[in-house]
Amino acid sequence: MSDAAKAVALGVDAGSTTWKAVAIDATGAIVASLVEPAEPRIGAQTERAVAVLRTQAGADAAVPLGATGYGRKRVAAARSLTEITCHARGAFARMRRPGVLIDVGGQDTKVIRIGAAGDVADFSMNDKCAAGTGRFLEVILGRLHVPLGEVAAFAARAERSVLVSSTCTVFAESEVVSLVAEGQPVEGIVKGLHAALASRVAALAGTMPQDGGVFMSGGVALNPAMVEALAGALGRRVEIVPDPQLVGALGAALAVRP
Amino acid sequence: MITRRVQYELIARAAGPLLMTINRWQGDLKRAVRRVTGRGPARKAAPFGPPLESTRKLKDLMTMHYLTGRYADGAVPVAWVTSGFPVEILRPSGFFTVYPENHGAVCAVRRMVPELSEAVEKQGYSRDLCAYARCDLGSVVTGKTPAGRLPRPDLLACCTNICQTVLYWYRALAEHFKVPLVLVDTPFVYGEAKPHHLQYVRDQLHELRTVAERVSGNHVAPEELEEILKVSLAGTRLWDACLKTGRTKPSPWTGFDSFIHLAPIVSMRGTEECNAYYRILLDELQDRARRGVPGIANERVRLLWDNLPIWFNLRELATLLAEHGFNFVCTTYTNAWAEAGGLIDPADPEGSATRAYIHVILNRDLPNKLRTMKRMCTEYDVQGAILHSDRSCKPYSIGQIDLKDRLAQELGIKALILEACHADQRAYASEQGEMRIRAFMESFDQATPS
Ligand code: SF4
Repeated sequence: MSDAAKAVALGVDAGSTTWKAVAIDATGAIVASLVEPAEPRIGAQTERAVAVLRTQAGADAAVPLGATGYGRKRVAAARSLTEITCHARGAFARMRRPGVLIDVGGQDTKVIRIGAAGDVADFSMNDKCAAGTGRFLEVILGRLHVPLGEVAAFAARAERSVLVSSTCTVFAESEVVSLVAEGQPVEGIVKGLHAALASRVAALAGTMPQDGGVFMSGGVALNPAMVEALAGALGRRVEIVPDPQLVGALGAALAVRP
Repeated sequence: MITRRVQYELIARAAGPLLMTINRWQGDLKRAVRRVTGRGPARKAAPFGPPLESTRKLKDLMTMHYLTGRYADGAVPVAWVTSGFPVEILRPSGFFTVYPENHGAVCAVRRMVPELSEAVEKQGYSRDLCAYARCDLGSVVTGKTPAGRLPRPDLLACCTNICQTVLYWYRALAEHFKVPLVLVDTPFVYGEAKPHHLQYVRDQLHELRTVAERVSGNHVAPEELEEILKVSLAGTRLWDACLKTGRTKPSPWTGFDSFIHLAPIVSMRGTEECNAYYRILLDELQDRARRGVPGIANERVRLLWDNLPIWFNLRELATLLAEHGFNFVCTTYTNAWAEAGGLIDPADPEGSATRAYIHVILNRDLPNKLRTMKRMCTEYDVQGAILHSDRSCKPYSIGQIDLKDRLAQELGIKALILEACHADQRAYASEQGEMRIRAFMESFDQATPS
């Protein structure tokens, strides 16, 4: 590892479905990262995984650690900040301009308006319900036996989108079962599911002026079918923040960068 | 009747105050022992300023009110009244008044609402109804109340100037208690009230005087009504003056304190006890303001709160904010009792009560609410606002997204919409709520461009 890539800060994003961490150098570039499924014992997982990351990045115990994500309180960190602040910081560092960031995570969806200084100008989140989150897709695709890695290909093959009217995860599951029973093509249902989720997310984003760019982060941004559906629902180009899953962790690391 | 009356007077005049004094002595004694022995619950450094001395008097006043209430029915006429009802018209007839909404707040602070609500949800009342209504009906059905006992009403007095829910809720009460329900129906005001609106309400107030006399059996001389209006107006002015001390920097109290100290102006408006209490509170607040004694230890960011408080989470929220130097210095809710009541004119009882009660914030359009909020933001010099989107209180919560945008555009005020319920903790996700508040607070410390 070269001197330029020397890690000066670490960031952990302890999410509800995935645990993410990065090490950054003095310029804010990511020099090492880790993504793991979240374990119930977040404290223990963090202790173990951060040690791995420190070794990978050559960062000794003096290199500070910032934490975010719903499990952040169980992470012994130099500083702990909410996902909203960290996502805004992380996305601004990568996109370098203001805009609206849409982060579709496992159990929540955040829409953050990032101001000219990388500050949080406004935000909104889904409330008390998994509709409009990655979990929604995961549950229903599981029911359809569509592997997550093949989702985009499935949606792309659809001749037309089948209307899924329910955005409640539980109701949509039974609706999808009936659609399959009616003989509707699985490809069309997959496309329809994305449209249903995208319209839900777009409604959340719709409360904010979208005069700058529209950015997307979170694990769901890795699914091209979702990005396309979202762009369709918003009628806008949606740019994916590089390393979309690591945006929160990057923001946490930037917050403690000396 | 005579025995009830004797009991009631005894409690109100002698036994009650005596119990209060004993209680107070016991409290003082405990505190003194704790000071001397250093024992007792260890208190971590509070993010608040020194507590308000008046709070103890408030507790006494409200405890006495509910204690006397237990013996009121059968002794004096009893009315159950909505918070926005022109109660001044009832008072001269000698009614003891019960405010189910205030009682609901007490239940909510004690986190009793889900239990009381479930009792009537089983009967088919929807959870989408206002939690105050569910809680009150549940309390009536089960007889459970933190007040020990609520007196049975002889009259139900409902005014639709706060919402339409109260109408159906009070109808259900009338059905249950088989007592008369008197309704003051107030047309919603867009801009200013039209003359025919005013006449319509005025006619109802006139009729109300007759109903009050008939139910109570007490004839009221015009001077008696005038006198009550004078007392009520003075009470409103005192409350207004208390709230305005929040303009001082740092504010001598918090908006959360003002929610607690609101109880007398809501439920004892038009009585001397209410005014006597606010004189004490005002003296203390003005003294604190003069000496720079703050409501929270380190007031850094001043906020406005919109809508009812989240009663069951009041302390937690206040602490979270205060720990980070955020203080509510004004709230549209507490302001509602300082505003319209100022229109009362003892020389014109029916006319002025009509104007006052038709012009309450919940009975007026959104532009009026925006004007009020903007004025408060400026006068209290706030940098941010939390708009509680109250699942229970739709009339108060409607339009908040627009209000939030307008505050941001026109005054540069950062605002957060916080979804909760004022009384039913089942409708509040506290973990998510706390996260939003933390993110909101963090957004005041501008991120440095990376
Ligand atoms: S709906 Fe709102 S105004 Fe009506 S009783 Fe409930 S809290 Fe009060």
